[in-house]
Amino acid sequence: MSRPSDSPNNAAQPSRPRAQSRPSDHIDSAEVPNEPVLGLVGWLRWGWRQLTSMRLALVLLLLLALASIPGSLVPQRSADPNGVIAWQQADPTGAQILDALQLFDVYSSVWFSAIYLLLFISLIGCVIPRIKHHWQAMRSQPPKTPSRLQQLPAHRLVSVPADAIPDGTAPAAMIDAAEALLRSRRYRVRRDDRDATARGGERWSVSAERGYLRETGNLLFHLSLVGVLVTVWIGGTVGWTGQRVLVEGETFANVLSGYDSFRPGRITPVLPPYSITLDDFDVDYEEAQANALGKVLDYRASVTVRTPEGGTEQSVVRVNEPLRFGGTNVYLLGNGYAPRIIVRDPNGTAVFEQAVPFLPQDSSLTSMGVVKVPDGLSEQLGILANLYPTQAELDTGAYVSIYPDLINPVLTANVYVGDLGLNTGIPSNVYVLNTDGLTQVAGGQSGVRAVELRPGESAELPNGLGSIELVDVPRFVSFDIHWSPADGWVLLFAALSMLGLFAGLFVPRRRVWVAARRDGDALILEYAGLARGDDPGLEQAVAQIAEDHGLRVGLPS
Amino acid sequence: MTATLITISVYSLWTAIGLYMAAFTAFAFDLGGRAAATTVNSEPGTIAAPTRPRRAARVATALTVLGFVMHLTATVTRGIAAERVPWDNLFGFSLVSTLLVMAVYLLVLIWVDLRFVGAFMTMLIVILLGGASTLYYVDVTPLDPALNSAWLVFHVIVAALSMGLFGVGFALSVAQLLRSRWSLDETNRGGFRRLLATFPDPARLETLAYQLNIVGFVLWTFTLTAGAIWAEQAWGRFWGWDVKETWTFIIWVIYAGYIHARATRGWRGARSAWLSIVGFLAVIFNTTVVNTLFKGLHSYSGLSS
Repeated sequence: MSRPSDSPNNAAQPSRPRAQSRPSDHIDSAEVPNEPVLGLVGWLRWGWRQLTSMRLALVLLLLLALASIPGSLVPQRSADPNGVIAWQQADPTGAQILDALQLFDVYSSVWFSAIYLLLFISLIGCVIPRIKHHWQAMRSQPPKTPSRLQQLPAHRLVSVPADAIPDGTAPAAMIDAAEALLRSRRYRVRRDDRDATARGGERWSVSAERGYLRETGNLLFHLSLVGVLVTVWIGGTVGWTGQRVLVEGETFANVLSGYDSFRPGRITPVLPPYSITLDDFDVDYEEAQANALGKVLDYRASVTVRTPEGGTEQSVVRVNEPLRFGGTNVYLLGNGYAPRIIVRDPNGTAVFEQAVPFLPQDSSLTSMGVVKVPDGLSEQLGILANLYPTQAELDTGAYVSIYPDLINPVLTANVYVGDLGLNTGIPSNVYVLNTDGLTQVAGGQSGVRAVELRPGESAELPNGLGSIELVDVPRFVSFDIHWSPADGWVLLFAALSMLGLFAGLFVPRRRVWVAARRDGDALILEYAGLARGDDPGLEQAVAQIAEDHGLRVGLPS
Repeated sequence: MTATLITISVYSLWTAIGLYMAAFTAFAFDLGGRAAATTVNSEPGTIAAPTRPRRAARVATALTVLGFVMHLTATVTRGIAAERVPWDNLFGFSLVSTLLVMAVYLLVLIWVDLRFVGAFMTMLIVILLGGASTLYYVDVTPLDPALNSAWLVFHVIVAALSMGLFGVGFALSVAQLLRSRWSLDETNRGGFRRLLATFPDPARLETLAYQLNIVGFVLWTFTLTAGAIWAEQAWGRFWGWDVKETWTFIIWVIYAGYIHARATRGWRGARSAWLSIVGFLAVIFNTTVVNTLFKGLHSYSGLSS
């Protein structure tokens, strides 16, 4: 130890260097001399000490911040899969390089994981010894009173002349009063009197410490972060998510085949056997304010839930108000129009009858959809349709939608015949029409006007193929259904970490000493304080204790 | 009625900017006066600070308070006009976050004389608020359904408040770096060094910045957590590395690093001050560039692309 033996830190832990309570590079820990490193064990020990040092934690934190940046510059598969596809199409070579560096999957990449895993190992390696040390500190008495209190950061000396000492008050009684005062301020106290034979002469003193909660909070914060990490990982591993598009009037049964897409977790999903019917989907639009005309005010999906027990419940799912049912959560994440279209053969027999979800293209809900009729007609038929909820015509003759609600709905259909490419066995996107093997027979460059329909209208298809009818235009919603059993645990650990953070940063940990000794007939009172960690209020606290103590024992102020 | 309120809001806003500029001028006069009136003692590194009353600084503080009142008026009237909290788009958020930077500064001013960073603070606010008013201004429009949640109140106001704390911490860290970089000595006693010598010493500046930044950090932790709770309700997952989530996380990690730096030997002083500065620059980047140019779910700037 390089410190003089009477320093307060040594007084704190007579046989235990301070360096053990904090990493060796903590600002107020003792300098640890570089020890010669010998052999494998020595190297391992050295490595572990580096890993659990505050300095490495700091470097890893800054690295983590840096490593998070690229994920905000390059689209991520997890958050923006279409952005990744667009990037790959625009710049295939560049995308290959980015992909090799895992830059489309930054937050699950090897290098990002390495940083945060090292950080958490460092954290655990740092916290465990501190828990042990704190546990011992909580059960032990405050340290002895240092012999030279004037060396401490906060110090106050009061010299009481003989005639000002209240009648019959002995120095021991003065310290008794100080002990009671500190106790009432929730300090842990230890009486430490010295007799005349000791070095430095006779002295009465009390040593006190408070704010153990600071370290408790600090440890709680760090452990809770480990809890957050573990529960997030568990949640991501076991939970499942599924999507389902539902047109007004349709019912979704909660079975695997009921989902349009499903991402299972590690645990085989147990799907509670309920079903959800979308009774109505209502949208409110701003109708008065000129600069916000058509802005959506509210979305409401009215649903009927049929419970496994056979009962029914009415409920409304809104943005920000998911339906929580049977341990799963149902979120309203998307919506649009699903024109109900019937295609008939020349005999009038329906060969296609379906409400087809159209993809919204803009804020006025111009929507695009695809109809594929592989069987029942003389040729395979494909339709690329646009829906204009409130149709208007530009000077060029092109159609646009000027309002998202169905004020003047018009559907236009470009009709194709030929090979839909469905027989190759390659899965195809229902929202995309591959026109490679098709010939356009209506709309575009075909020389025949695109088929134009309003709700309730029918039209003949070209070449005597049959007819098409637009029955009506219901809305569809897209529900995300999630089972995330760990969410509550993540929240619990997040809340605990915040509690810990609060205590760890704002509860002052300080040691205070009050000592009395005789100086001839006069009395010398000393008040001293030492902060452990940042403590802007230390000097004021010591001054306050000196003042209150003076009042208690009846010293003239 | 609504139109009148919005007109009041806009006029108050530009009056506030004008008052802040006037306050900046007065603060600058005060700094100049202090540098001129400071004499260097024969003992190197020590100074005799001016003793005369700092009239310019008093005027400057008064102008700042007036500017703040107009700024507050602009914010409140916009809220009344919208019949809700006014921070549902980038302009509204800029309005309230700069307001809270000023509120934190004026509040701290009650206990600690921070008038030496007054010029810096007022200039910072003029730039941020003026920039937001010219680049981000949008009319009051109905609330987006995605924002229709109680979390709009808590998540956003706490984010703005931590910005306020980080902002004043940032100013103090800049002062600390200047103060320790250009100190008075035997050979260098120029006006700028004499001026800086009237600032509190670097250790005091560092402590003050730290106290503000740790409160900011706790509030930022709340912002992050509240944002995650809201994200679960609105988007079905509490964390998805959306660009705004990512940058909120980056800022949290930077300030976590800053707090660790203060406890690491060799990292106190200038290095930790740099982290405080980088942290606030990241906050500004998050509010401006990430909000307007990055593609993500937090697309509430209200600016058409």
